[in-house]
Order: sequence, then C-alpha cells, then structure tokens
Amino acid sequence: MASLILMPALSPTMTEGTLARWVKTAGEAVSAGDVIAEIETDKATMEVEAVDEGVIGKTLVAEGTQNIAVNTTIAVLLAEGEDASAVDTVTRSADPAAGASVAIETPADPGIVEAPEVAQAENDRDWGETSEITVRQALRDAMAAELRRDEDVFLIGEEVAQYQGAYKVSQGLLDEFGEKRVIDTPITEHGFTGMAVGAALTGLKPIVEFMTMNFSLQAVDHIINSAAKTLYMSGGQMGCPIVFRGPNGAAARVGAQHSQCFASWFAHIPGLKVVAPWSSADAKGLLRAAIRDPNPVIVLENEILYGQKFPCPVDEDFILPIGRAKIEREGTDVTLVAFSIMVGVALEAAALLAEEGISAEVINLRSIRPLDTETIVRSVKKTNRIVSVEEGWPVAGIGAEICTVAVEQAFDWLDAPPARVCGLDLPMPYAANLEKLALPKPEWVVDAVRKQLRD
Amino acid sequence: MDETPSASGRSNGPALSPETMKRAYRDMLLVRRFEEKAGQLYGMGLIGGFCHLYIGQEAVVVGIGLNMKQGDKSITSYRDHGQMLVAGMTPRGVMAELTGRSGGYSRGKGGSMHMFSREKEFYGGHGIVGAQVALGTGLAFANKYRGTDEVSIVYFGEGASAQGQVYESFNLAALHKLPCIYVIENNRYGMGTSIERASASKDLSRNGEPWGIASRKVDGMDIFAVHEAAQEAVEYCRAGKGPFLLEMETYRYRGHSMSDPAKYRQRSEVEEMRRTRDPIETLKAEMLRSGIEESVFKDIETDVKAIVADAAEFAQTSPEPDHSELWTDILVEA
Repeated sequence: MASLILMPALSPTMTEGTLARWVKTAGEAVSAGDVIAEIETDKATMEVEAVDEGVIGKTLVAEGTQNIAVNTTIAVLLAEGEDASAVDTVTRSADPAAGASVAIETPADPGIVEAPEVAQAENDRDWGETSEITVRQALRDAMAAELRRDEDVFLIGEEVAQYQGAYKVSQGLLDEFGEKRVIDTPITEHGFTGMAVGAALTGLKPIVEFMTMNFSLQAVDHIINSAAKTLYMSGGQMGCPIVFRGPNGAAARVGAQHSQCFASWFAHIPGLKVVAPWSSADAKGLLRAAIRDPNPVIVLENEILYGQKFPCPVDEDFILPIGRAKIEREGTDVTLVAFSIMVGVALEAAALLAEEGISAEVINLRSIRPLDTETIVRSVKKTNRIVSVEEGWPVAGIGAEICTVAVEQAFDWLDAPPARVCGLDLPMPYAANLEKLALPKPEWVVDAVRKQLRD
Repeated sequence: MDETPSASGRSNGPALSPETMKRAYRDMLLVRRFEEKAGQLYGMGLIGGFCHLYIGQEAVVVGIGLNMKQGDKSITSYRDHGQMLVAGMTPRGVMAELTGRSGGYSRGKGGSMHMFSREKEFYGGHGIVGAQVALGTGLAFANKYRGTDEVSIVYFGEGASAQGQVYESFNLAALHKLPCIYVIENNRYGMGTSIERASASKDLSRNGEPWGIASRKVDGMDIFAVHEAAQEAVEYCRAGKGPFLLEMETYRYRGHSMSDPAKYRQRSEVEEMRRTRDPIETLKAEMLRSGIEESVFKDIETDVKAIVADAAEFAQTSPEPDHSELWTDILVEA
C-alpha cells in the first residue's frame, strides 16, 4: 500500500523546518536509506532518508517552503506495482497526525515531602547490656557479623585485606573470611567502584571501603549515575544493594584535599541513603542496617572517632533503623542538631549552656537521608529554637536543609531565626593554628544560642 | 553455538549450518527493521530525546549472540536496541520504552538509553560513556564469585576507549582472571570525531596488551568472522583463562544520534560501505551461494516486518505511565 512521508523531527526540540531541496522527485525509485530530501532546521541541514523501498508518487511540498510543521505530509511513497492513482486515495483517507499526538499532562504535584515512615521498634528498644568498645571495633564487628550472616556480602577496597585496613577497621577479617570475600584492590577507585556496582546489580552485596571519602570523588559517577539511579531507570527491576563507607570530614593536619565533609553532596541524590554514625552503637547498628539495606547506602565515618570508646549493646542481633535520629540529651530551651563528630561538640556546648542555666536538647541525626524531620520538628515545637552544628561548609549544606525544615514545618513555634554553625567556608589549611580556627567548637555553638536568646 | 558443518564454508570463518544462517539473517534483519522503524517514529515525534540507532553494526551483536548461553550477561552503552533484541527482550517492550509508555521495559522511566532486563541478564543501556565497562567487569566478577562458567559481554565504542576506567577495568579483570569479553565496536566515529583524531593507539585490539589480555581484531561487518572470534573468546573465558578483547571493525550508517547531520564524513563513504560491506547483504549472498532459496528471504522479511509493525503499534497504543509512577522505584522498600 502507498504510504505517506512525513516531515520528520530531526532533533529533540525541532517543531518545524524548511524543505531545502528534493533529492528524489516523483517517479524515482528509492530504497531504504536513500536520501530523499534535505531539511534545514535552526541548527543544521539534515538529510531525510527513506524508511521503505518504493517509488516516489508525488511530492506535496515545494522546495524552499519554510516553517513546515513536523508530521506534515511532504510526499507519498508507492509500493511495488502501484500506480500514481494510489496517491489520491492515500492522501484523502489518511490523517497524517494520527497516532502522533502525545498528550502532555502536568506531572503530579510532589507537594511537601513527608517524613519517612520507619519502624521505631529497634530505635526505642532497650538492647540491654553494653560494653565499652571503640568505633573502630564496632565497625569491624558489624562487618564481621554481616559477612557471617550472608555469603553474598564481601568487602572490597584498598588495603582492606592483607594490610588489615589503612585505619585498621578491617582487622582480622581476611583471616576469618578469606581472600574471596575480603578483597584488596589496586589504587583504582573508579574501576573497583564500578566493578562493585556491577556486581551489586546482579544481587551481590559489596561493602566498598574508600580509604577516605575524599577518594570517592574519583568514583562519584558510579555512585550517583550507576548505583543510585538504576532502580528507577529500570522500572524497579534492578536494585543496587551496596555500601560505600570510609572516613569523612577533617582528620588532623592533612590539608585541604583530605579534610572535607561530603554529607551534603550525597544527601542531595534521590536513590541514595546516607548515614553518619557518632558513637560505637551508631557505628555498629547503622553499618549492619546499611549492609542489609537493598539500596545503595553511604556510611560517613570519622577518623578521629575511630579510636574513641562508647558503650555498645553486646546483643548479637543489635541493629539500628536507617532514618531515625536519637535524642542524646533532653532539654527545653534550644534544639542542637548534629551528626558524626559534631554530636560531641553539641553535647559539650550543651554542658556549657547548662552552666548558664540554659537547657539544650541535642539531636544526633544518625541518618542524613532520609532525614528524621519528625524528631527535629517535634523538638523545635518544644524548645522554640534550633541551631544546626556541622563540620561541613555552610553553602547548601546539611544545616541549610535543617533550618529549612524548621522554617517550613515549625515556623509559628520559632522564637528566633534558625542558626547554623558550620566549618568555615574555605579549603582546610595545614598550619595547626589555622586549622583549629576553621572547625566548629563548642564555644561557637554557645555563642549562636546566646544570640538567639538575646534577640 | 553451531556444530554442524555446511556447504557454505568460508576461508575466514567456520561453517554455519543453514538453520544458524537463517537465524542470524533473521536477527540482523529484525534489528535493522526495528531501528528503521524507531527512526521513523522519532521523526513523527513519538520518540523523544536522544535516540542512537544500530543500523550497520548488526553483525557484531548477532554474531556474538550466537555464542551466548542462558545466564551469560551483557551490558552496553546507549546504542543499545540491537543488544536488547538479541538478548531476547521483546520488540514490543523495547519500542514502548522508546515511546515512553507503560508497556516499556522500564515502564517509560528509562527511555532509549536506559533499559534493562533482569530476566534476560541484560544490564543496560548506560548513558555515561565508558561506565558500562567497569560495571560489566563487575558482572564478570559476580559470575566468578558465584562459581559459574557464565561470561559477561561488555560492549563499548572506540570513543569510550579513551576513558580511563576502561584501563582500570582491564587491570582488574586481568588481575582476577574475570570471565569478561570486552567488545570494542569500532564504528570509526565517536560522535563527530574520527578515530584518527581521537586515539594515539592505532590498533585498538592491542589496547589490552600491557595487562596480557588476549585479543582479536575482527571484520565486524562479516557475521562469519564475528561468530568465529566470539566462539574463541567465549571458550577462553569459560575455561577460566581471564578476559578477552575483541575489536570489531564496523560502521554505523546513521548519524551518532537522530539529531546528528553527520557532516564529519562524506556521504560517499557511507554509500560505499552500504554497497560493498553491508552485513545483511553479505550474509544473504553467502546463503544464496549455499543453495538457500530466495523465497526463504521473502518469508523472513514478511515475518520481521510484521513483528516490527506490531511493536510499533503497541508502542503507540500502550498508555503513558500513570502519574503514580513518578514516585515509585526510587528506593527498594526494605
């Protein structure tokens, strides 16, 4: 049967064009792939190729015609054996636009993002007896427990096996689990991260250790474009159960390239979860949850905390839910929101404020994404003031998000503008005195609270 | 895999049975007609965004496909429609994804460049040039971790060969002896930049040499040559000897994407390739020489046209995704 040749769209944005020249004219035979005409768009001159074989029955648009809308019939193609009379039949009966119009509808209003619903059970549960262990031990114990529990879990990274971890977090794991499951890599973050993500797409559950999170930037494309988005792009077929972990934030005297917080970077990405433990219990409970989670989870550890001891439940089943904050200290006058090492700074600040008769509530976020906005908002409605405390930079940081949550969801309860305490907005200096000046300390928090109370 | 010798022996390839040749011809024709239809639907505004057609390169994916077995995994870039059809994904599901409809493989949320099938072990469909090479190395890693003899086929272009992660992957695959077949589809142009302008390495098949990766340079327009090389590579990988690199010298007839006017090459170059090296015509000539009758081709053509027409019809009538789809599949519910 004769078919219509329509004005094609030759780019994602083209709506009309100029028919510059007919390369084939009525009566000429064409086969698939032959150039029939040249079309000028606002960007380029493009060639229109025949899709089917046949004979050009008639051209319906003169050379040089401008502003021809996409999908306008420009010619009729006759099939083998048809004569020109078929042209009239087909041009009369066919509606060139049929099937071509796609209704564009406004997407659903995302509205206000609700706080995630997560089981409170584990968070509120009393896990009983505790023992004092370092954050380093807690992280190792978490990995060991999950490696024992699930054959699909493996640890991969630089110096994780024979060297026992650059910061000794994986001490003993090679001995217990062998080189199949505790895997040393060359210095090749882009490569081993992509490889681990590929393995995770098949259902394996890698724990990727970055010697420090600074080096995750070498691999950030795989974390964001490959790990976080594949579930959505595959219509739910292909999840990516993987953990990316390593020390984050400033250590001590290692300069600008090794001293920065990536919480804000990763928290920005839908499809990722981000947790930031402070205590040993946080570290063990959150890392176990991260390894079991069917989604990509970033675990932001802290080198300075590795050697610190905290009480941690000894219960073999101890685990924490991702997405729930913990109130570390109750108070009534101001809410201090912090994560990772800054929880300690906030607690010190709360102690200083108590000496002045000011009662501060300290929230340990534990999870950055999803963010436990419910706990934050409930606290602000009680204290009427909020100060976020983070080591990272202020611009578009986690503090900005927390203050926005308070303003959006508890505006009428606020007695003072929300405040942020952040690391200074500069690359980390090396000199001991300058480095000290760049990082938040309890006194900054105390000052921020005093200012709120004064205003 | 084909075991039966036939009359159609060629000097540069093993004999293929008449049935295998018919299957290969049919698959190549399906890819070509499917892509022509996709181009047509793009022209009608039914397919949006970027759309990269595989026309001209059919022998590569079909020839390799002849050597794949259940459980083998494959992954490629955004020029992915051919790989999906050969992996056994339905033309309907692929075409409906191109039109962004609910009947598509990703329910309209992926598009031309991002399609996957857990069932068919096809891992995408990746829009970031070179990313699939490290990911595909991970697929091979998973095969080895699980102790299977399955292989991972990793397709990428000569353009992607300039990405650093390709060589990081080569190193890892060679270190761990991963069952990974790297297939460079050298179609001579990375978008508008010719291989001569992009690569100081003039023989891409040797790009794995520093890591001791076995390799072959192959006439990617000749299905017999592709089949023979793929057979060797697959056997090598299944035997646990490590990765294998195949450089397929091929050619794409169309622009880089639909919106590419292809002014970086002469029209005559394309025409010369189509006239003298076309993979489908080359196979057809061989089949005719071996005594297969002309009517066989007519039947295959009719069959393929019907499949493609059905896919196009489905892709236009399948409804757009429901608005509720916007918020699903962001995270797996634990």
